[in-house]
Amino acid sequence: MQSLQDQARSARPATAAAAIRSVFPLLVGIGLALFLQLVVKPNIGDYPAKLALDIGVAISLAVSLTMVNGFTGQFSMGHAGFMAIGGYASGVVSYYGSLRIWGLNTTHGGLLSGRPMSVDPGSLPLIATGDLLFLTALLVGGLIAAVTGLIVGLPSLRLRGDYLAIVTLGFGEIVRVMIQQTSEVKKAEIVPLASDSPFAGQLVYTWKDRGQQVVAPIHDTWWLSDIHHVGGSLGFTGIPKYTSMFWVYAVAAVTIFVAYRLKRSTYGRAFLSIREDEIASEAMGVNTTRYKVWAFVLSAFFAGVAGALFAHTLGVGLSAETAGFQKSFDIIIMVVLGGLGSISGAVIAAIVVTFLPEALRDIPEYRLIIYALALILLMIFRPKGLFGVYEIWDRATWQWLPWLRRGRANFTEKKA
Amino acid sequence: MDQFLQTFKDAIAIGSLYALIALGYTMVYGILKFINFAHSDVVVLGAWCSLVLARTLESQAGTQWTTDQPAPWYIGMLILFAAMAFCGLVGFTVERLAYKPLRKAPKLNVLITAIGVSLFLQNVGQLEGLFGTRPRSIPSLLPDQALFSIGKVSINVLDIVGIGTALILMVALEWLIFHTKLGRAMRAVSHNTTNASLMGIPVNRVISFTFVLGSALAAAGGFLWALKYQQINQTADTSWTLLGLKAFVAAVVGGIGNVRGAMLGGLAIGTLEMFGSAYLRSSMADVYVFGLLIVVLLFRPGGMLGKASIEKV
Repeated sequence: MQSLQDQARSARPATAAAAIRSVFPLLVGIGLALFLQLVVKPNIGDYPAKLALDIGVAISLAVSLTMVNGFTGQFSMGHAGFMAIGGYASGVVSYYGSLRIWGLNTTHGGLLSGRPMSVDPGSLPLIATGDLLFLTALLVGGLIAAVTGLIVGLPSLRLRGDYLAIVTLGFGEIVRVMIQQTSEVKKAEIVPLASDSPFAGQLVYTWKDRGQQVVAPIHDTWWLSDIHHVGGSLGFTGIPKYTSMFWVYAVAAVTIFVAYRLKRSTYGRAFLSIREDEIASEAMGVNTTRYKVWAFVLSAFFAGVAGALFAHTLGVGLSAETAGFQKSFDIIIMVVLGGLGSISGAVIAAIVVTFLPEALRDIPEYRLIIYALALILLMIFRPKGLFGVYEIWDRATWQWLPWLRRGRANFTEKKA
Repeated sequence: MDQFLQTFKDAIAIGSLYALIALGYTMVYGILKFINFAHSDVVVLGAWCSLVLARTLESQAGTQWTTDQPAPWYIGMLILFAAMAFCGLVGFTVERLAYKPLRKAPKLNVLITAIGVSLFLQNVGQLEGLFGTRPRSIPSLLPDQALFSIGKVSINVLDIVGIGTALILMVALEWLIFHTKLGRAMRAVSHNTTNASLMGIPVNRVISFTFVLGSALAAAGGFLWALKYQQINQTADTSWTLLGLKAFVAAVVGGIGNVRGAMLGGLAIGTLEMFGSAYLRSSMADVYVFGLLIVVLLFRPGGMLGKASIEKV
């Protein structure tokens, strides 16, 4: 007779096949992203492509907000602040990194990244150095945002409901004002050999400091000093535009995958229990402190990465306004409409909300009124949102699919 | 010294404005225990109402009201009362339609509804048929003359009227809440709604009255803002939401649910903002205010006049 552990192990063997089966959805997602970038994108117009990019970024933002607002019930209204921090941090890495490595702020990526119209696709490899720079930028953006999430999450432990909402809103405003205090973006140029400046022939930074034009050679400047030069109220211009369908949908796939696996793990159960009744879950031994902070950190990370994607999109100007509460409200609307706690709901709502301005192109001033009315009516008549805490595949219509029936988790929802 | 006096005067002026708006937040929180996000939009509504009324009356009178030839003194009072009445009505409607169905719902839902109401009021106000999107200015309702000066700081008629009106309204509210039967009913409902209804207090009517009162005070705040700054931006402008947020911070700092606390808190936030702008960096005024909010919520959540409440499990 096998021990209980051995029985459990034989029921779920830790083989390579099992490992691949568990990451399978992520691989499908990345494969889909590759397909979109290499096959679909060259054949559709610019405008649908931009819309698709916006939708992808919105999906990442909505799913990341679901992690903290939906799963854990901590109503954070400063999500755009994390997004802006991720955008600025990644911008610093890719812009100043680009200047330090190549002396130019153009993209140096392969087929997977964004590129200017003038470059011939046939001449590009699949992955180039620029892609690695961009990946680093994305990760740095996410990590810095995650650290900020830690800073915001720790005080949030003592705050409930309404107060947390106001404090996170205030945090978003603080980020916005801080960004406005920064200095002008540094540009790089090569000083002509013929000039009488001491830096003739060298690659230098030039920027305006309090009205004076300052010049300093790039390789003598300490790299950390670049962080302060992100444009202030003028916005961060000049970021190389690496974002493409592949990156956007790969990140969206990772976010959805992580959120889904999180929800069905121990962490997910802890989050949901904190959302339902914090005192009861604390009494049951759930370390609410740890899980609440984790929720903030994870959601901030993915918001940061989404913000990094946003910052590198062609046609987008990253400015301090990105951290303001209007963007936060947009994301909150997506999450609330889809159902607080439902990943598929957030995805569907993100698509609908990003699409709606196109459908309402003739009457743009009514768009927010429609959202507002939708929120109010939803809260009065269907407070759970579209899906509540369930997913679209939990509904009875899909239950005949065998793999859904096998792994269904049991969530209970408080009768609101 | 002169800069100090000037800053002090500005602090009292803006502080009394914040106090008026904070009163609305604190009364609604005291009674229903939720933060009425849509309150700042009633302020905007009050400002725009006064503008529209003033312009209508001006065109009726046939003359232009400028700083040299302002309107007769009673016009200002008329506009104030009309704006307060209209916004009181708006507050009443919002409460009946959007908040009453959610009395028993979890706080999160009410918060989201409040956000929805706020967005709705903002964006309806900026439709071209109503107030439009361009900033407009209110015609002069008072002569812009200096009455007297202390040192190099001149005290204007506008300042006196602004601070004076706010003071009168606050004194009136204090009298209402602490020396009348209706005020006692309001305090009873904020203490414990069920017990108040057992004692025969018509809870729904008291709640509606609280909303009306809060909205009227917000309208007065909006009117005073329009009077002081003369140029008002569109309803969906972010500066209004920031104003409302700072007034909310004032309510929290003074002790939310506490009417006297809101008045003190308003002055405190006004002082912080003006002195911070004058003596430290002026562009970071918002950061100081929100920073104070975080500090207060972490270390003394009851605020200045509130008491720490122990949560019973």
